[in-house]
Amino acid sequence: MAISGIEIYKMLPKTNCKDCGFPTCMAFALKLAAKQVELSACPHVSEEAKAQLAASSEPPVRLITLESDGHKLEVGNEVVLFRHEKTFYNKPGFFFLVKDSEEPAAITARVKEIDAFAVNYVGIDLTVDGFAVKSEGEGAALAAAVEAVRAGTKRPLILIGDDPQVLSAGLGKLDGEKTLIATATPENWEAMTDLAVAHKASLVVTAGSLDELAELTPKIKEKGLPNLVLDPQVSNFNDGVVKNTILRRMALAKNFRPFGFPIIAYPYKAGVPEVEIALATQAITKYAGFIVLENFAPETFYGLLVLRENIYTDPQKPIQVQPGVYEINQPSPEAPVMVTTNFSITYFSVANEIESSGLPGFLLVADAEGMSVLTAWAAGNFDAEQIAKDVKRFGVEEKISHKSIILPGHVAVLSGELEEELPGWEIKVGPREAVDLPAYLKQVA
Amino acid sequence: MALELPKDKWSGSVQEVVIGATAADGGTRTAAVTVGGETTMPFVHFEAETPNRPVLALEIKDFRPNDWSTLLLDVWGEATNDPGAWAKAAEEAGADLLLLSLSLTDPEGNPNTPEAAVKAAKAVLEGSGLPLMVYGPGQAEVDNELLVPVANACQGERIVLGICEDKNYRTLVATAMANGHLVVGRAPMDVNLSKQLNILIKDAGLPLDRVLMDPTTGALGYGIEYGFSVMERLRLAALRGDAMTQSPMSVNVGFETWKTKESKVGDDVPETWGDWEERAISWETITAITLIEAGADIVILRHPESLKRVRAAIDNLITAPELS
Repeated sequence: MAISGIEIYKMLPKTNCKDCGFPTCMAFALKLAAKQVELSACPHVSEEAKAQLAASSEPPVRLITLESDGHKLEVGNEVVLFRHEKTFYNKPGFFFLVKDSEEPAAITARVKEIDAFAVNYVGIDLTVDGFAVKSEGEGAALAAAVEAVRAGTKRPLILIGDDPQVLSAGLGKLDGEKTLIATATPENWEAMTDLAVAHKASLVVTAGSLDELAELTPKIKEKGLPNLVLDPQVSNFNDGVVKNTILRRMALAKNFRPFGFPIIAYPYKAGVPEVEIALATQAITKYAGFIVLENFAPETFYGLLVLRENIYTDPQKPIQVQPGVYEINQPSPEAPVMVTTNFSITYFSVANEIESSGLPGFLLVADAEGMSVLTAWAAGNFDAEQIAKDVKRFGVEEKISHKSIILPGHVAVLSGELEEELPGWEIKVGPREAVDLPAYLKQVA
Repeated sequence: MALELPKDKWSGSVQEVVIGATAADGGTRTAAVTVGGETTMPFVHFEAETPNRPVLALEIKDFRPNDWSTLLLDVWGEATNDPGAWAKAAEEAGADLLLLSLSLTDPEGNPNTPEAAVKAAKAVLEGSGLPLMVYGPGQAEVDNELLVPVANACQGERIVLGICEDKNYRTLVATAMANGHLVVGRAPMDVNLSKQLNILIKDAGLPLDRVLMDPTTGALGYGIEYGFSVMERLRLAALRGDAMTQSPMSVNVGFETWKTKESKVGDDVPETWGDWEERAISWETITAITLIEAGADIVILRHPESLKRVRAAIDNLITAPELS
C-alpha cells in the first residue's frame, strides 16, 4: 500500500537543506509519495528510513510471472478488495491437473485436448492458461510426465510435490521457463527455496495455520526468493471466503508484507465435478490468483472462463463496440434493419443470432454509451431521438430500398416517439431477447 | 491465533425480514423464513456469525409457460399444468420458499384474469406449506389488476408481492399494508436508484421490515459483473449505516439465466459449448453462487439440480470454519 506524503515526511531529516533539489523536505516527500522522484536524491536520509520506504514502495500483492515458449501469465498486483473501488487487474490463471502416475500417452492426449480448447465470448477466444503436474512417485516419473505434457502444450506449468529432489527432475525438463513449484512447508522450505532460486521458479508456500504461514514467507524472502504464492489450505466454501479475505485484507489494508502475494486455489481437491465448479466460482470472486482444476468439460469450463472475464472487467470502462451499421450475411437493399445498443455483450448476442439465422440484415448499433438496451433506455441514452440521429448519421436510408426498422422488444414503448422522429418510417417491434431473433426474422422474411 | 485479524468495524446491519406466517401468526404456512440481519460482508465469520442463511426459492407459473426452455418443462413434467402440483414438487425438490409468477395470458392467448390468478395462488398455498412470493407479469396495469385480488385472498399469509418499480409501487404497497404482506422493489443496477425506491416505498407507509430489494443482476456472461458490484456496494452502504440500503437482497437468477442462449437452447450453438443440460445447470449455479458471495439473501432458481448444488454450497458457507 502506498504511504502518504506526511508519513514519508516524518522519516526525512526535516532540515529543508534543498540538496535534493526541492525547496523543503515536505515538497520532496510529496514528490516521493507520487513516485515522481527517487529517495536516493536525498543524501542525508537514514538507513532505517531507506529500508522502511523501500518496503512501502513494493506493490501490496506481488506480481508473479509464469513464462514458457510463446506464453506468459501475470498474476498479482491487485490493489483493491472490491472491484468497484478500481478494478481487479490480473485474471487468475486456470491450470488443469495431470498426475505423473498416468500413462504418458494418456497425459499427452488429455493435455492436447484441453490446450486446443478455445471458446469465443464477445469476440475473444478464451482458453486455459497452463497445466499442473503432480508428482506421486519418483523423479523419473515426474520427468516423464513433464515430457508427456510438453508433447501436448507449450503453456506454462506448475509442478506439485513435496520432495525437492523429485521436483528437480521435473524442472530439469523445463530449462529457460518460468514455472511455479509447489509446495514449500515449514519442514522442507530451505531445500525448496534453493531449488526455486536455481531454476528461477516461483514458489507456493503453505503451513498448518495462517500464523505459521506469516512466519514462513519472510524466511524464504530473506533467503533470496521474493516470488511467492500463498496456499492457505482451503478445504471448503466457508474457510475459502474467510482465509482469502484475511490474506487479501492484511496485504492491502494493513500492508502486511508476509501476505503480500497471490493466492493459489485447488478446487479439484473436492473430488466431485459439480463441487469443483462451485469452489472455482468462489475462487474467481474471492481473490484467487491461480486456480487448479481437474475435471475438464467444455460445458462447465466455458462458464468459469466467462465468469473470470466478467469479474475482471474494468468497471469504469464498459466494453463497447463502434456505433455504426453492421452488414450481416451480405444484405441486399431489401433486407431488414434492426437496431440495438453498442454494449459489446448486447451487440455480440444480437449479431450472433442474426448471423446464425442465415438471413441477411443490417444491424444499426446506436451510440448508447456502452450500455445494454434496458439500462441505456433507463439512463436516457437509448431513446427515439438518439436512434433517429444514428439512422441519419450512419446513412441507413442510402443502404436500403424500404423504410422500416425493427426495435428491440424491451423498448417497444419507443415506437410512437420514433414514428415522430422518423416520419414516413414503419416502426416494428422485435423480440425482447436476442435468442428469439432467428424465429422472428424467419416470420417477417 | 497470534495474528491480529483484520476486522472491519461496522455501524449498521441488514434489516431482518420474516416471510410467511404460520398458524400462530395468523397464516397457514408450515414455517416462516427469516432473511437478512447480517452485520458483516458475506460470510466473514471472523467478524460475526451469519445470523440467517441465504434462502432458495423455486419459480413456478400459474399456466404451463410457452417460453421456458424444454429442459425445464421436461424436468418438472406434468406438474407444470397444475400450480398446486408444481408447488408440491418444488417443495419436495428442497425449496425454502416459492415464487408464483403470474402469466400475461392463458395458454389460449386470452388475457389473464384476477379470478384465475387468485385460483392459482390458492392452489399453491394448498399444494405446499412454504412461504410464498407472487409476481405479476411485469406490466404495471396488469400487475395491479391481478395482484390486488391475490393479496386480498392471501390475507395474513405474509406473502411477498412484486415487483415494485419507481413508476408503479403505490398500489402494491397499499395492498401489502392492508393485508399484512411484504413487497419487493426492483431498480436497474444502480445503488442510488435502489435507495430512492426504498425511500418511496417507506414514504408510502410500509415499514422497512416488510421490504425486500432486487438490485437487478444480469446472468453470467450478460452483465453479472454489474449486479455483483452493485450488490457489494449496497451491502457496504448498509453496514455503514445507510438505512435505505439495508433491505435484504432478492435476486432472480432463474429468470436471468434461463433466457440466455447458453441455457435456453441446445441446437445451433457452437460445439465448444459442450453438453446443453450440464451447461444450463452450471450457468444457473455459477450465477447463483457468484451473487451469494456478493450478498444475496434470497435466490430464485428454476432447475431443481441447480437448487441442490447451490444449497450444498450454502450449507457449508454459513458454518463458521475452524481456523487453527
